[in-house]
Amino acid sequence: MPVTRGFFGKRRPERPDRLPPGQYDTGSSWPTLTAEATPQLDVETWTMTVDGLVGRPSSWSWREMHALPESTYFGDIHCVTTWSKFDMTFRGVSVDTLLEIAMPLPEARFVMAHSTTGYTTNLPLEDVTGGRAWVVWEVDGRPLPRGHGGPVRLLVPHLYFWKSAKWVTRLELMERDRPGFWEQNGYHDRGDPWLEQRYQGDP
Amino acid sequence: MTDAPAGGWTTGTIIGLDHPTDRLVRLRLHVEDRVDHLPGQHYVVRLRAPDDYTAQRSYSVASDPDDPLLELMVECLPGGEVSGHLHDVAEVGDVLELRGPIGGWFVWKGDVPSVAIGGGSGVVPLVAMARLAHRLGLRDRLRIVALARTWDELPYAAELQRYGAFIALTRENLGGRVAAPPYHDELAPYVDGAERAYVCGSVGFASYATRLLEETGMRTDAIRVEQFGETG
Repeated sequence: MPVTRGFFGKRRPERPDRLPPGQYDTGSSWPTLTAEATPQLDVETWTMTVDGLVGRPSSWSWREMHALPESTYFGDIHCVTTWSKFDMTFRGVSVDTLLEIAMPLPEARFVMAHSTTGYTTNLPLEDVTGGRAWVVWEVDGRPLPRGHGGPVRLLVPHLYFWKSAKWVTRLELMERDRPGFWEQNGYHDRGDPWLEQRYQGDP
Repeated sequence: MTDAPAGGWTTGTIIGLDHPTDRLVRLRLHVEDRVDHLPGQHYVVRLRAPDDYTAQRSYSVASDPDDPLLELMVECLPGGEVSGHLHDVAEVGDVLELRGPIGGWFVWKGDVPSVAIGGGSGVVPLVAMARLAHRLGLRDRLRIVALARTWDELPYAAELQRYGAFIALTRENLGGRVAAPPYHDELAPYVDGAERAYVCGSVGFASYATRLLEETGMRTDAIRVEQFGETG
């Protein structure tokens, strides 16, 4: 591809090793991006469900979720719109904990995350296991703000952030992959920022 | 899968470039092997330095799919690496890396009766929709509402007015309308009968406009939102 005449780049990263290709460090700001109207989610009626190909379909209320062993993620997040944000702390429950209770069947290979809004996103099961995915309600020591998916969202920080479904309410385990909301609308099925899997057709 | 068109990486040559205001730059590009877009879709523009450092950002398309050139209207953001280059450095004849069209959600194909509300440079994808509607004689099917502080801060203001858009300026009077955010009774005729709503603007604008639409009777699940943040 051609060099752009007159372009030399003025926002070069201080920590290029932490920045996936095509991303920039957004610093202290945290942009909010949503495709739908932001819902007002009531924690008294909200539940988290794991079902589909599992031995024991399970649901937890807000209180029951908080009674599960807590887990923390500290690290970076990457949005497909090209910003990355370093050193975030999220607190919630590891998806491993939920799956230990729900017991995935051997044929389960993919997960569809569902939000209260109807938003969906698909993930390989192996991307939400092994300490790589959480259901979180706290960021940097404070309740997760509504615009960022509060009171509760999925967190899969090693993939582009549209996979971290806001207002998550259900994980559906599936044998075959099927595209979620953005995946039906041109975005990649896996979304690994280090491989720059932004859109359908990327490697 | 939706049937929205999608294009891979290609290049575009700047055929036309002008600055409608000191914060806006309009680019008219000839795109190699162009895949025609749907109104509402966007392109990625990628700039490449001599050492292969790159910076890329997404911009909504303003042109009618029928236009032989691709039109982008880019707002210059403070410190914006890509918008700053397009605004201050780019010239006619420059070749840019482009990828698009992209997106299958915030698109209007001319079928569903809709209301579209944009704030400031958030009107850009709505202009593509309005141009399509105008060309196909579908103006009844698309009502446009445009908000800005002043006339000069609203891209395509005169064109949108010609298409019958409701323009609400919040900091200066327009014709007989006193400066103010849109009132519910001003908005109602535009929302009435719409089966879908499109909202485009900054994050703050999007949440404001979404609430306004809900209060005016729009169903929450019929609202499609396109926001832009501090993405330079």
